[in-house]
Amino acid sequence: MFNKEKLFSLQQDPNLFLPATDEEKEYMVQMRESSTFFKDGVKRLLKNDVAVVSIIVIIVITLSAIFVPMLWPYSYDRMLGVSPGKQVDNSYNNLKPFEYGETEQAKIDAGEKVFPHIFGTDAQGRDYFIRVVYGTRISLAVGFFASLIVLIIGMLVGSISGYLGGKVDLIIMRIVDIIYSLPDMLMVILLASVMRVALTPIIEGTVLAKIGANIISLFIVFGVLYWVSMSRLIRGQILSLKEQEYVLAARAAGAKGGWIIRKHLLPNCISVIIISTALQIPSAIFTESYLSFLGLGVNAPMPSLGSLASDALNGINSYAYRLVIPAVIISLIVLSLNLFGDGLRDAFDPKLRR
Amino acid sequence: MSKKNLSYILKRIILAILTVWVVITLTFFVMRAVPGGPFMSEKAITPAAQAALEAKYGLDKPLSEQYVTYLKDIAFHLDFGPSLKQRGRMVIDVITDGLRTSVKLGVIAAVFAAIFGIVLGAVAALNRNKFIDKCIMVLTTALISMPTFIIGSLMLILFSVKLGWLPANGETTKGLILPIISLGLYPMSYITRLTRSSMLDVLGQDYIRTAKAKGVSRVMIIFGHALKNSLIPVITYFGPMLAYIVTGSLVVEQIFAVPGIGRAFVNSITNRDYPLIMGTTIVLAALIVIMNLVSDILYKVADPRINLE
Repeated sequence: MFNKEKLFSLQQDPNLFLPATDEEKEYMVQMRESSTFFKDGVKRLLKNDVAVVSIIVIIVITLSAIFVPMLWPYSYDRMLGVSPGKQVDNSYNNLKPFEYGETEQAKIDAGEKVFPHIFGTDAQGRDYFIRVVYGTRISLAVGFFASLIVLIIGMLVGSISGYLGGKVDLIIMRIVDIIYSLPDMLMVILLASVMRVALTPIIEGTVLAKIGANIISLFIVFGVLYWVSMSRLIRGQILSLKEQEYVLAARAAGAKGGWIIRKHLLPNCISVIIISTALQIPSAIFTESYLSFLGLGVNAPMPSLGSLASDALNGINSYAYRLVIPAVIISLIVLSLNLFGDGLRDAFDPKLRR
Repeated sequence: MSKKNLSYILKRIILAILTVWVVITLTFFVMRAVPGGPFMSEKAITPAAQAALEAKYGLDKPLSEQYVTYLKDIAFHLDFGPSLKQRGRMVIDVITDGLRTSVKLGVIAAVFAAIFGIVLGAVAALNRNKFIDKCIMVLTTALISMPTFIIGSLMLILFSVKLGWLPANGETTKGLILPIISLGLYPMSYITRLTRSSMLDVLGQDYIRTAKAKGVSRVMIIFGHALKNSLIPVITYFGPMLAYIVTGSLVVEQIFAVPGIGRAFVNSITNRDYPLIMGTTIVLAALIVIMNLVSDILYKVADPRINLE
């Protein structure tokens, strides 16, 4: 169609202007829907077997932690041997798995059905299975909310610091540097050990008292100490993003700083935010279980996986399974959250991939 | 060393000093914020006795004066005052006593972690995607997901309760074996993964190919060229590793009843022995900050190619 001999001729080839044939039209039809960044990421994530298995494990554990206590006939704080008006029935304490207390055994002998104690009972006659489930629920909730607090504070400080730059950035970043170099665990222990004493009278009688001073102090500590790495990350992202043309365009159109951060900058670092939040949850669960183990975690009789493991140490010679069960669950949760977080990173941030 | 790097090191030292000062200040004011003060105990004491006690420990003076005295005592005499619950003992004595055992425990655990971590990492990298590599990776991934107290408790169940091979009590030398392993397994796994990935990185470099092409033996390539360079990222982990070992020793010493600083610290929290809590926090924090500083500077010395900020 291209006329080689008359290279500089202005004469057009009329064939180029013919309507397209059906065959040619078909060629132009879009073969598949255009994919968004999010869809691409999900697709990559689903191809990663390890990440899929981990998210299934997480979902199963989370759902059972939420729903099993509703269906279970026992509650986490009821001592089965204690009933009003009667002497304490010690036969309920320290039951082995699938054993029954005296009155329960009598019922079974009479032909009635009694719901089994799958993991037995603890030293005070409480059904151990439901305590483990409840402990899982609390550990997961603490991990989730602590990460949420870290996310909110880190996002706020990081985006402001990155967007404003200059002196504000300098001051915030020096503060971040110092908090970052503080030995976090020691500070957590110090603050948690003092704050639970200081908080107890303050929150008495309010809704917060039900959550317990220890958990609230844990959240405060997280809010004070752990936001720094998140804010550093987001600041770095914002610093590079704010030089983009669309930010200039938005500013030229009269957009205010807050609007630009919310509508333009944060959505563009969403993958970094999601990934680091996902990886924050296991570390929060780690910290909570560690503090519970030291006796600084949840208030008794509320169980958490860490406090269950810690309690189990006393009877380790005869009831080792009581330590192994929470230990396995905690490791499973942390492992699958970590693997899922890695999968998320690979799927949503190809730049970081090795 | 260039001027730029010197100024970086200076900056890091100033930041470290500032951090320790923040820790001291924080501990001081946090402890003073405890309702009822340090003498609030289970036993009720008469107001006169309370006043006498407060006068003895200088608690009747204004807060700012107490703070300055406290800071001076620490900076010049390493004096953290007397322990409240252990009669007649100074906090610093309790700390040095505990440190004697804990340093031994920590250093051996760190050496154990470094040696095994580097060897396993190198083995995994050299057998990339083979069975042994996969085994090592699965094992280390599992270990990294276990909190120290769980590793420690499981070791206790397995080796001393079920098998009876090693004592559960950490007061003897033989009894330190389990605590050391429990403490070292997590950093070991971390170092293994770090060494593996950096070794794989190095093995793909041009100079390794050149060495191979020149006919250098495999052993020489691994030990003479690859290992040395792939250990540089591992150095940066030394600071965090120490922080981990310090916090890990709190629970491990509790589990195995090792008479170290970690157990003293945990006991001081349960006893509400405030001067001891403050003293231990400050000493451990300073230790961690200094180690972080050293590992940062070592990183620079080990690899002149790295240009610090």
